Amino acid sequence: MSTRLAVLAAIALALFAPAAVAEGRASLTEIEKQVMCPVCGTLLQLAESPQAQRERAFINRLIAEGRSEEQIKDALVAEYGNAVLALPPDSGFSLSAYVVPIVAFVVAAVALAVGVLRWRRGGSGGSSPSHGTGPSGEDAERLDADLARYDF
Amino acid sequence: MSLRSSLAILGVLAVFGLLVFGLLSKGSSGLEIGDSAPVETLPQLEGGGSESLADYRGRWVLVNFWASWCPPCRAEAADLQQFQEEFGGPKFTVLGIDSRDLTDDGVDFVERYAMTYPQLRDGNGDTAHAFGTTGLPESFLIDPKGKVRLHAAGEVDEAYLGEEVVPLLPGGQS
Repeated sequence: MSTRLAVLAAIALALFAPAAVAEGRASLTEIEKQVMCPVCGTLLQLAESPQAQRERAFINRLIAEGRSEEQIKDALVAEYGNAVLALPPDSGFSLSAYVVPIVAFVVAAVALAVGVLRWRRGGSGGSSPSHGTGPSGEDAERLDADLARYDF
Repeated sequence: MSLRSSLAILGVLAVFGLLVFGLLSKGSSGLEIGDSAPVETLPQLEGGGSESLADYRGRWVLVNFWASWCPPCRAEAADLQQFQEEFGGPKFTVLGIDSRDLTDDGVDFVERYAMTYPQLRDGNGDTAHAFGTTGLPESFLIDPKGKVRLHAAGEVDEAYLGEEVVPLLPGGQS
């Protein structure tokens, strides 16, 4: 029993330990996608200015010190302010950057659904020419005559 | 007016208002000669304290925006320090503002060029924006009442300081 437990523990360690280490280790490539070059106004990933190079050196130094991704982003915010983050923080007024598009999407979807329902309801009432009873009387006779000319 | 029309007009007004707000908050108009200089409070580059630009009222101040990564800022550093040594005192000082720079880099820069005049830190660039700067370096001569008297966009040198700044200072040639 104890041998089996030991084997299971070893397998679990072998499977999950590298993933845990990989998750904890920050990488310049990943951070560059999430922060801005404040002077260039672009993602750091796309920036080549002298300021961007100093920002990269700063990130590399913190990675070498073993800081996590969040700690490095916090350090960048302490240096350059919140504008250094490519995505605004999900708290306070900045939360509206996430909430407003969702609310707008829901409102638009509801408006569209209501519009479609009204349109369909209106269409079944017979007011639409495409769903009408068609020509009658003199018009019908003329239409039949015209069609007959093309009836081979 | 129907409810639907009112909502449509409100929607158009809201979009228009957002556009105007975006343009106004994005645009940065530069300070004109005679305008009041912004009086932001900024942390000192070294020492951990903070200072307001209003603390310098009553003195002539040459506010110089710089950053360690900016080559023209390196080029003008020695001339600014020389100017401070010659004219700095109770009536005048150069005031450096390290903008959008890393603190350690800024401190190294100050040490490398042996700068002795006060240095503040504008990490997010908001103060540079409030002054309406469009690049680095930029310098503003502020009079004792806090009004802008001179603006230099770009590097200043000994000749500029002597010909443009000195005549305005107390005891200058003007």
